Amino acid sequence: MDLIDTFFNGRVLWDALPLLLMGLGTTLSLGILSIVLGLIGGLILALLRLYGPPTLSGLWVLYIDLFRAIPILVLLVIVYYALPFVGIRLSPFASATTALSLVSAAYSAEILRAGIQAIPRGQFEASQALGLSYWSMMGDIVLPQAVRIVIPPMTSNCINVMKDTALASVVAMPDLLKQATQAQALAANPTPLIGAAALYVLLLLPMVRAVGTLEKHFAKERR
Amino acid sequence: MQFNDMQAGEAGRAASAPPAGRPIISIRELRKMYGSFCALSGINLDVAEGEVVVLLGPSGSGKSTLIRCINLLETYDSGTVTVDNVAVRPGPNLAAVRSEVGMVFQSFNLFPHMTVLRNVALAPIRVRKLAPKAAEERAMELLTRVGIAEQAGKFPGQLSGGQQQRVAIARALAMEPKILLFDEPTSALDPEMVGEVLDVMQSLARTGVTMVVVTHEMGFARRVADRVIFMERGQIVEEAKPEAFFSAPKEERARAFLQAVLNH
Repeated sequence: MDLIDTFFNGRVLWDALPLLLMGLGTTLSLGILSIVLGLIGGLILALLRLYGPPTLSGLWVLYIDLFRAIPILVLLVIVYYALPFVGIRLSPFASATTALSLVSAAYSAEILRAGIQAIPRGQFEASQALGLSYWSMMGDIVLPQAVRIVIPPMTSNCINVMKDTALASVVAMPDLLKQATQAQALAANPTPLIGAAALYVLLLLPMVRAVGTLEKHFAKERR
Repeated sequence: MQFNDMQAGEAGRAASAPPAGRPIISIRELRKMYGSFCALSGINLDVAEGEVVVLLGPSGSGKSTLIRCINLLETYDSGTVTVDNVAVRPGPNLAAVRSEVGMVFQSFNLFPHMTVLRNVALAPIRVRKLAPKAAEERAMELLTRVGIAEQAGKFPGQLSGGQQQRVAIARALAMEPKILLFDEPTSALDPEMVGEVLDVMQSLARTGVTMVVVTHEMGFARRVADRVIFMERGQIVEEAKPEAFFSAPKEERARAFLQAVLNH
C-alpha cells in the first residue's frame, strides 16, 4: 500500500500531468528538430566525405570522429556555459538542439556512408551508362537504396537522440525530465518521475516497433 | 527504332553487307595498365554505323575493359575514344555522350527498388525530359518488344535472370541510343535462359543499331556478327568476317582459342 502511494500515486500524477505534458511537448520538439538537423548535416557530411575534394576529406573525418567521441553532456555544458564567454549566448533549447544535432550528424554521417558504400558498383555504372546526372544518380538510385539499408541503424540513432534530450534538463530546459523532477519536488512524491518514464517508453516503443515493420516492408521489395 | 522496323531493317542490313558506313566509334592507340599488367596495349578500332561487332578472346584478354572504355566506365592511360565525332572524356559532355551509348551488363544492374516499368522509364524522364506518362507508354512498348510486358509491375528481384536481362536491354533501348554495348550479357544466366536473351539481341541487330558485343556465345557470333574481333593480352590479334574466322582463323592463337571453346 505504501509502495503504491509512493510510486503510483494517482492524485499526484493527475496534478503533475499538465506539467508532464508540457515537458513532453518540449522534449518532442527538441528531439524532432535535432533528428532532422542531424540527418541533413549527416547527409552533407557523408557526401562530402565520399565525393568531396580529397584534400578536405581529413577535415570531415576529424569532425565525425571528434563528435562521436565527445560525451553529449560535456558538449552541451560547453555550448551552454562556455560559449557565452566568447559572446555566443544560446537559450537552453538552442544549446540542446545544437549539441544534439552536432553529435547526431556525426553518427548519421557514418551510418549513411556505410549505407552508400554498400550499394553495388554496378548501380553506379548502370546510372552513368544511362547518362543520368550525378544528382539523379544519387537521388533516384543510390540514396533510396541506401536508406533501406540504413533504416535500422538510423532509427536506433533517432531513438538515442530522443533519449538524449533528457540531458537538456541539466541546462534548465523544461523538458519532460525537468518538469517531472520539479513536479516531484513540489509534491514531495516520486510518482511524476514514474509518469515521465512511462511517457518516454510510450513515445519510444512505437519507434522501436516501427523499425521491424519497415524492415519487413523493404524486404518484400528486394526479394 | 520501333518494333515494326525490325523486318525492314533486315533488308537494309543485307544490302550493306560490308560495313561501309562512317565510323561511329573510333578508337586510337588506346592503352591501359593495371599496375604492371597491360590491360590494353595500343588498340585501334573503328566500328561503322549499324555494324555488329563481336569481341572474342580468353578471359583477361581485355575485351570487357575495351568495351567499358567506350563509355568511360573505365578510364585509360592514353589514346582516344570518339563516339559519333565527339571525344569521350571526363567533363560536362560525358553524360550526354553516355546517353547515346546503351550498355547491358553481365550482372544486369537493374535498379532493385523500382518496378520493371520504372527501371525502363526513368532515364528518358530524367535525361530526355520526357513526360512520365509518355515515357511509361514507351517503356511498355519496349517491354512488349522484349517479351515481358506482363512483368511491368514487378520488381527486378521477382524475375528470372533471363527476364531481368531483357528488362536491362529494354532499359538501354529506352534512351534510343545510337550504340549498344553488351558486356558478356549471358554469362551470368542459367543455360536455359541464354537463348531468350540472344534472341532479343539478334532481333535488335536486324534493326540497324550499332552493337559491340563481348560474349562467349560462338553460335551468336557466327550468326549475327558482321565482324569478329579476337583479342588476347590486350591486343587485337585477328579481325575477320565470322564465316572466315570460324572456318579458317589465320592466327595460331585464334585457332587454339576456337579449338578450346568449340570442343567441349
